[in-house]
Amino acid sequence: MADDTLEATAEPEAPDMLRQPMLDLLQSELGDDVLAYDLIPGDELVVRVERTAWRRAVALCKERLGLTYFCFLSGIDWKPNPGLLGEKAWEAEEAVIEATEGALDADAGDDDAAGADAAAADDAAAEDAEAAARSPQTGFRTGVAGGESRFQVFARLYNVTTHVGLTLKVDLDEAEPRIESLVPLYRGADWHEREAWEMYGFDFTGHPGLRHLYLPSGFEGYPLRKDFPLLARIVKPWPGLVDVEPMPGEEADPDADPLAGVE
Amino acid sequence: MAITERQRSAYIAATAADARVNVELEAEGMTLNIGPQHPATHGTLRIVVRLDGEQVLWAEPVAGYMHRGYEKLTEVRTYPQITTLVNRIDWLGSFCNEVPFILAAEKLMAIEAPPRAQHIRCVLFELGRIANLILFLGDMGVQLGALTPVFFAFRDREHVLNLIEAATGGRFHPNFDRIGGLKEDLPKGWIDETKGVLKKVVGFCDEIEDLLMGNEIFEQRTRGIGVIPPHIALEYGMSGANARASGIDFDLRRDEPSPLPWSQCDFKVWTHPDGDSFARYWVRLQEVREAAKIVEQLLGTMPSGTIQAKVPRIIKVPPGEAWVHTENPLGEMGYYLVSQGGLGPFRCKIRTPSFSNVSITPWLLRGVFVPDVITILASLYFILGDIDR
Repeated sequence: MADDTLEATAEPEAPDMLRQPMLDLLQSELGDDVLAYDLIPGDELVVRVERTAWRRAVALCKERLGLTYFCFLSGIDWKPNPGLLGEKAWEAEEAVIEATEGALDADAGDDDAAGADAAAADDAAAEDAEAAARSPQTGFRTGVAGGESRFQVFARLYNVTTHVGLTLKVDLDEAEPRIESLVPLYRGADWHEREAWEMYGFDFTGHPGLRHLYLPSGFEGYPLRKDFPLLARIVKPWPGLVDVEPMPGEEADPDADPLAGVE
Repeated sequence: MAITERQRSAYIAATAADARVNVELEAEGMTLNIGPQHPATHGTLRIVVRLDGEQVLWAEPVAGYMHRGYEKLTEVRTYPQITTLVNRIDWLGSFCNEVPFILAAEKLMAIEAPPRAQHIRCVLFELGRIANLILFLGDMGVQLGALTPVFFAFRDREHVLNLIEAATGGRFHPNFDRIGGLKEDLPKGWIDETKGVLKKVVGFCDEIEDLLMGNEIFEQRTRGIGVIPPHIALEYGMSGANARASGIDFDLRRDEPSPLPWSQCDFKVWTHPDGDSFARYWVRLQEVREAAKIVEQLLGTMPSGTIQAKVPRIIKVPPGEAWVHTENPLGEMGYYLVSQGGLGPFRCKIRTPSFSNVSITPWLLRGVFVPDVITILASLYFILGDIDR
């Protein structure tokens, strides 16, 4: 996995004179603890590091790379969202719209036919990309720089003199999501980690006091985990992606369980 | 899993001991609760302060009274629906919240809005900044006991809000930005109208400078109060005018490439070396003047043409991750958008400036006197929707 990512991104057209040295330093100091990275020249650098090297990597960024500005820290749950029941409904509607548009624009020229071919090619490419983006360990689709478990913590640091930032990612164990706290390095990590703790249930060792920030104390569950149901949308699935109400004249599906997929 | 009251009080006691302010007398201290409904909190932020006489031993902000769970809601909405949500984050400069989100979606879709749309976006962005900061300039006075500035502020903000309403249809929540462009073009005569309003804005700045900046009471209440050294400001992730008032020369409009035409404008990024409440007020006052300058230049160079790029009828964003941040009225606002190719984001991390700006208060309020708590909170200038999201 790591090697794939390294090979895939090791051919930038124009080397990035600001981000490439940052990546080189992290790689030389951390060695194998840099699991994967993604460097888009002139735009973005994402580095995924080993869990045990998390604080060391951040300390390097702060002290050696001058990334003294703590932008944010948060988490991602890569589990597919069970709340997206209505996406199929949307796709059906999309097919109808495409059909009507095709009929309307039929005499407008063959631009749209070419567009449709391109769209089909895009879809095929997207499917390939989708297969490649799946994590071999979890089967979930992951993002830039990959991932080996369900949970990820990502933090963004920035250098206010060179105006370059980077995103650091780290995989967390699903059963026991625990990671070192960054509060000793950046005081501002305090609130961000409290938020990630209450929203995802991540444990930050060395944090001075993991207390609820937004939610009332005694709140149960971790709202930003994908399996936490959005109750308002279950009671009344409106509006947006979960819009599964039957159209007038259509029979409501008696088997449709609004709680399907929700644990 | 929930922390017990006992652990909580142990943590607070440890924090208080760290304050090194009359620890011996702590047992005789008094707890003062500010908020959640308090005029000095601009919304529903509650601050619990432990006092020894007039001095603060420790302060603990309690947020969450307005938490609406936007990061969760974005996961069940389509991209066009989300601008309605993010309008309500910083509700005094709503349009500025929409821009980075739309730019992030456009970045993933590799769409660029036409030049005229980018220009209008930039004009509305800066008008949002003016409307937002004018209110601060008046409100800071009222927190310190000067009633007149706030009336002036509301009077002159009205002109700017009328402009935003005329262009977008919404005074506070425009919901005007679209993927690939804008909802509509500017109405007829709007540009001339705006030029007139800019004169009023600059007039307001001069007026407020006369009223407050030279005022002896104002200076005594703000000079040297709530000093934030630059390295502490950076550690806490403070951005915007709060960081610039601590001498950090950092403004994303100038420093980062953006599709919005800030790079074509000539403006100055003001900083102040002092880092106190006065510096934060002064920097924001200059910022309103600079914003007026930017709008003036943009109106002069407004390109013609379409305002909407060609986008699919149903917007699907290709898989990928994008981070887009802009210099909002309150500081750095950014969206980390994770798309898996669906109709809505898979994950949308919203980085808001006030969240980081307020997280410094426990550090900043230690050892200050009670009236200065209000000065410091007012000068940090946060908006509750921007903390709680």
